[in-house]
Amino acid sequence: MANMAFRGTPKQERELRKFIRKHKEQPGAMMPVLQEAQGIYGYLPREVQEIIAEEMNVPLSQVFGVATFYSQFTLTPKGEHTVSVCLGTACYVKGADKILSAIEDRLGIKAGECTPDGFFSIDSCRCLGACGLAPVMTVDGEVYGKCTPESAVKIIDSYYEEV
Amino acid sequence: MTMTYEKLMQIKEKNRELVMVRRLVASKAEEMAKHTAYRKQILVCGGTGCTSSGSHKVVHALEKEIKAKGLTDVLIVKTGCFGLCALGPVVIVYPEGAFYSQTTPEGAKRIIDEHIIKGSICKDLLYPETVHDDGEILPLSQTKFYAKQMRIALRNCGVIDPENIEEYIALDGYAALHKVLTSMTQDQVIDVMLASGLRGRGGAGFPTGRKWAFCKATKSDIKYVCCNADEGDPGAFMDRSILEGDPHAVLEAMAIAGYTIGASQGYVYVRAEYPIAVERLKIAIKQAREYGLLGKDIFGTGFNFDVEIRLGAGAFVCGEETALMTSIEGKRGEPRPRPPFPAVEGLFKKPTVLNNVETYANVAQIIRKGPEWYSSIGTETSKGTKVFALGGKITNVGLVEVPMGTTLREIIEEIGGGIPNGKKFKAAQTGGPSGGCIPSVHIDTPIDYESLARIGSMMGSGGLIIMDEDTCMVDIAKFYLEFTCEESCGKCTPCRIGTKRLLHMLDDITKGNATMEELDKIEELSAHMKVSCLCALGQTASNPVVSTLRYFREEYVEHIQDKRCAAKKCKDLLHYVIDPEKCKGCTLCSRNCPVGAISGKVKEPHHIDKNVCIKCGLCKQNCKFGAVYMD
Repeated sequence: MANMAFRGTPKQERELRKFIRKHKEQPGAMMPVLQEAQGIYGYLPREVQEIIAEEMNVPLSQVFGVATFYSQFTLTPKGEHTVSVCLGTACYVKGADKILSAIEDRLGIKAGECTPDGFFSIDSCRCLGACGLAPVMTVDGEVYGKCTPESAVKIIDSYYEEV
Repeated sequence: MTMTYEKLMQIKEKNRELVMVRRLVASKAEEMAKHTAYRKQILVCGGTGCTSSGSHKVVHALEKEIKAKGLTDVLIVKTGCFGLCALGPVVIVYPEGAFYSQTTPEGAKRIIDEHIIKGSICKDLLYPETVHDDGEILPLSQTKFYAKQMRIALRNCGVIDPENIEEYIALDGYAALHKVLTSMTQDQVIDVMLASGLRGRGGAGFPTGRKWAFCKATKSDIKYVCCNADEGDPGAFMDRSILEGDPHAVLEAMAIAGYTIGASQGYVYVRAEYPIAVERLKIAIKQAREYGLLGKDIFGTGFNFDVEIRLGAGAFVCGEETALMTSIEGKRGEPRPRPPFPAVEGLFKKPTVLNNVETYANVAQIIRKGPEWYSSIGTETSKGTKVFALGGKITNVGLVEVPMGTTLREIIEEIGGGIPNGKKFKAAQTGGPSGGCIPSVHIDTPIDYESLARIGSMMGSGGLIIMDEDTCMVDIAKFYLEFTCEESCGKCTPCRIGTKRLLHMLDDITKGNATMEELDKIEELSAHMKVSCLCALGQTASNPVVSTLRYFREEYVEHIQDKRCAAKKCKDLLHYVIDPEKCKGCTLCSRNCPVGAISGKVKEPHHIDKNVCIKCGLCKQNCKFGAVYMD
């Protein structure tokens, strides 16, 4: 998936450049800029990092350095839907590892990967703070609590049924 | 607008009765409700826990029903966390104080129709603990979960509408800021903080007053106040709940800190994984600016202070103070050696005070009620209360706040309601990946900074994970090491390589590939990391291993020597076994075994040769009598 061609539009580029020009003078603008860029494009491919480097007048290596440091930033595109399994302690103690492997088996990919059709990607995250509902997973931000491996697979399947 | 004392008092008086209805016992609350525009107030928890269980659907159903029935004297308030997250969505109706748990949209409709309109409480929907045997309804404060709690940092959570600054003001909000700006010198504020005994709630427990004094003493034209809301410990959600339930308490305290050290700009560094907290904080900052409580010339005193939000991006190490500031500067969030300490050279190389959310949540109340009040709570060295996120194998999962010195037993057995499914308590984990496991022999230890350190754990930021007998301690140690190994920023060698080697050795143990020599190596490496790593992440990374090795050494030995995991968690050490009592000798398993590992005669119990078995699990799948199990 990493080799997928970049398909940014001129409109996205305008939006990003506008945001950077508005904020580049404020101290420590790099993080908000990267967050905005990922919001616009969904990920941070080299092409987007180049725009940021040019506008902010910093070396590309510096943009790359920050983008790869934080787990929230991704250099590869995500699927249309993203399922994220919480592997925080409270969820782990209640069997989150089994949920993750059930989903990995169902989709045939590992955490951090995207299905070949670009429909689903799997992430793991560290604690959403919904420990009262452990084990927890989210699909596109929607939280599903008190999961079992069976219910998790059913939830995944329901997204395929909607299509 | 410019805020004055008179205006602040007007807002307080205007809203006071409405909010007090939620704080008084039912009989008095009913009397007070008559003075307000609302006959009933329905509070719905809008925290992350309850929102995840669908509280927004409950709110929607309540609103729809109220509109349909044309009720104008009923108020719906979306609050922060009540604490009992496992029972969400939580709804409380005042003035009665009826506590509905696990509310559904259908239940919400019944609450309106039966309780609000007809005046008969839906007892079957109430939290069972609040219904006495004779049908009488107990106030929430008398349930086991709340009885031993003392709410200071969480005092407004679940009481006020966090998106309405006037409700915060109604409960004396921003009065402390006024007091500080108009009648106290900077040194007086520091003296009050010192006398209160408040210590940093982020984990290390550094006295807040001393931190402020250091920063005040440093000469500089520009200084900063930062709030650490990068709550990265997995299983901890104290700071998130405070930001969601009472964001103004944090803003007010930051302004007080700003006045004390001479700063006019504050930053809140908050995790992007907390969307509700970020949203509430944004609203709070906007309202505080509109009311003249942030911005220029606050209370007409010439004091300027404003706050900006910076979002984290998923790096645990950014909870470390120097890394956090580097991240706000827009760089890779790597820590740097101290000294210079942030109080001397911090954000943008300027003197900076950095405290965590929970620490700030105590500040305004200490100013208002005095340091003597605060220091009368807690133990000799640890004053006040501590908020814990109680999770894992415990009945009442949720947020609890107890006076320092409360024992672990009180938290687990009384507030937490014990271990579910009749299992036995094995250990409690505090301090997250930097902390340690506390075994059952230490369950009566009073919780304060020193006592926890003495038994090899730490206060940490407040994650409290309960483990039962099904938990394998080697596996838990490995879980934490996986975490720190992944989150190590890589800047210093002892952490980057040390965490990796520790994890490798633990992995070998859980797979039965280790020798006893490994245990010595683990201890030696841990000792080296403690003294040579750059920041707290590496220095404390070995704590989960060291503490489990200290209290559960026999489990490590069992894994290594007997290649056995008693908790049946380490899959590589498990084998398929046939129960001779249940086996009927049907031969189905031996016929299906791809490697011929199963032997036995027809109608006689079969046996699996574990040296030949490849653990494909076909025998277990095929057995019609449930005779195959893992051991």
